Amino acid sequence: MSKTVTSGAKVRKTIVNVLVHILLAVLAFIWVLPIFWVVLTSFRAEKGSYVTTFFPKTYTFDNYIRLFTDTSILNFPRMFMNTFIIAIFTCIISTIFVLSVAYCMSRMRFKMRKPFMNIAMILGLFPSFMSMIAVYYILKALNLADGAMIRVALIIVFSAGTGTGFYVAKGFFDTIPKSLDEAAIIDGATRWQVFTKITVPLSKPIIVYTILTSFMSPWIDFIFGKVICRADAQYYTVSIGLWKMLEKEYIDSWYTCFAAGAVVVSIPIAILFLFTQKFYVEGMSGAVKG
Amino acid sequence: MKKAGVKKVNEFPTPFTVTNAVTKGNIITKISLLIMGLGNIAHKQIAKGIMFLAIEVAYIWFMVSSGIYNLSMLPSLGWREQEKVWNEKKSIYEYTAGDQSSLILLYGVATLYLTFMFIIVWREAVKSSYKSEVLAKQGKHLNSFKEDIKSLFDQNLHKLLLAAPLMGILIFTVLPLLYNISMAFTNYSKVNEHLVLFDWVGLANFKKILNFGDSIGKQFYSVLGWTLIWAIFATALNYIFGMILAIIINRKETKAKGFWRFCFVLSIAVPQFVSLLIMRSMLQQTGIVNTLLLKYGIIDTALPFFTDATWARVTVIVINLWVGIPYTILQVTGILQNIPAELYEAAKIDGANAVQTFFKITLPYMLFVMTPYLITQFTGNINNFNVIYLLSGGNPTPVDATAGKTDLLVTWLYKLTVDKNYYNLGAVIGIMTFIVLAIVALVTYRNTASYKDEEGFM
Repeated sequence: MSKTVTSGAKVRKTIVNVLVHILLAVLAFIWVLPIFWVVLTSFRAEKGSYVTTFFPKTYTFDNYIRLFTDTSILNFPRMFMNTFIIAIFTCIISTIFVLSVAYCMSRMRFKMRKPFMNIAMILGLFPSFMSMIAVYYILKALNLADGAMIRVALIIVFSAGTGTGFYVAKGFFDTIPKSLDEAAIIDGATRWQVFTKITVPLSKPIIVYTILTSFMSPWIDFIFGKVICRADAQYYTVSIGLWKMLEKEYIDSWYTCFAAGAVVVSIPIAILFLFTQKFYVEGMSGAVKG
Repeated sequence: MKKAGVKKVNEFPTPFTVTNAVTKGNIITKISLLIMGLGNIAHKQIAKGIMFLAIEVAYIWFMVSSGIYNLSMLPSLGWREQEKVWNEKKSIYEYTAGDQSSLILLYGVATLYLTFMFIIVWREAVKSSYKSEVLAKQGKHLNSFKEDIKSLFDQNLHKLLLAAPLMGILIFTVLPLLYNISMAFTNYSKVNEHLVLFDWVGLANFKKILNFGDSIGKQFYSVLGWTLIWAIFATALNYIFGMILAIIINRKETKAKGFWRFCFVLSIAVPQFVSLLIMRSMLQQTGIVNTLLLKYGIIDTALPFFTDATWARVTVIVINLWVGIPYTILQVTGILQNIPAELYEAAKIDGANAVQTFFKITLPYMLFVMTPYLITQFTGNINNFNVIYLLSGGNPTPVDATAGKTDLLVTWLYKLTVDKNYYNLGAVIGIMTFIVLAIVALVTYRNTASYKDEEGFM
């Protein structure tokens, strides 16, 4: 009798297992489908956004070629370079800002610490672009809103306020045992040395996470970009460019190029992300134990 | 456990306060109330004293050259209209530069802000002068400039590290915010041509928005309601489904865990605005989804994904699941593996089944660890501009309304300011959004374990 029970349980288990895998397969299919579709569209020869078949009738590489060679209306290579330069500077500045603030909040004890943390939280509760018009006026007053200075303006916009986003990094620093710091200070190390020689080397996951998120912000933002660049197409970032391609006057001739552009932008970010996924998870949950 | 109402204790007591400087300081310290840094210079902290003095000189110079004028214009916000003036010499009409209220407001707010900053520096200078006096009197060591610099890398490291980030926040986050908030009390809008010259109107805009009878007020309550519904659904569904999926993937019996995770995580790797724009184009009336469904005869008329209010609301919530669940999976996976295995073993011995284990062990544990994350998600969803703006654009929008049926407070704010040029109403909506979020955050965040027990890890 006990045998039939175990074999019955076994059958049930197998059925559950099969069902689980089928469910996962269906869901994974749904999740991958839009991405797969945009890759297909980027190789589609038929122009325009209206199609009647899922798979393209004819395949071509022209969309990619046109994206990088047809610079008369929407200069994609330039947008790409703009975004790349802005992203590098933003990434450096905001990583330094975030790590500095997070370290101070986690390790230093001073009078303004709690007030600063509370104010940072309060600031985070305002819609981030509520004040974009005001930011634009300030940049204009500083003579940063015209010509080549637009790039500087965008770097400032993406990085200047990042000091308030220290919570994740602080949480990570909090998990690094304080005894390490104390031991080093007894040995005569200054706080600066503790920060650079102990905390930073132990914090690779959160540093990678911070670098990654700050590098990505110029690629994915388009609100601030649109407000600051206005009609000055010379300084557009890729996201504004891609957004433009879907506007009424461009969509018919540029739709497949939009797909190609989307793929081109996604590939580096996807590679970066998949490589650093581990750090992402560890950075969020605090990996250094004991 | 700390209880509410505990008397506030000053963690950093110091005898060097402004009050003490005024009451107990000697004549030099008292003069430093007027001439900043004098006390430091008198006690051989010359570089420090000169820096304070330089700040004072710079501030006075600024106030005289433009600050006082800026402040004097603030109450009226300007009145001179741009005028055509006949120029005899060139015999042409010339335009005089009229007042521009938006700039007057900005400069006025900035001057007030700068004055506030100056008062903080002034307090520091007074304290520093008093400190040098007391220490000199007691015959204690006074830091030389070199030692001050050195301390920036040690016990005062926070001053060094925070200087630049703080400047960034003060100039590009706080100042614009104050400027924008002040707009809420003006009539800066397209209505009655108040885009160049505008005036203070007190709380009129708030009254208008909170008034049920007004058309803007009616829209406000309906947008607010939808924003809350959206945030609750988006947060709760993402969390529950994401957690269930993560648990399914992490089951011992599930094969190819890495592959499944990869499939879901791939959607994070694609920039959000790209995937959302793609979704939008797929779900249009003539998009690929409708086209294929019509072609195979599954439906007779195109599904109104973004044209019918209910459809649009469900669509954005469902697509937000596509966007959000992978994040939850990433978050949850790490924490799931941290749940002590003994708990599960004990439950198994006691004969608990999978459902019971989930509700009695996994869920309480996850909720305990992830409450702060959930709150951030909730506030993030209230401010979730991208998903709404890129997908439905707030549509469908009824005729003669500024807010669509799927507009959140934030997207409405964007439309009001950028498209409609109702800057004052936009600012009010921003403040309202803040109030909603502040209530949510205050009620929940302060009650979470990780806020109360910040030092728990150390």
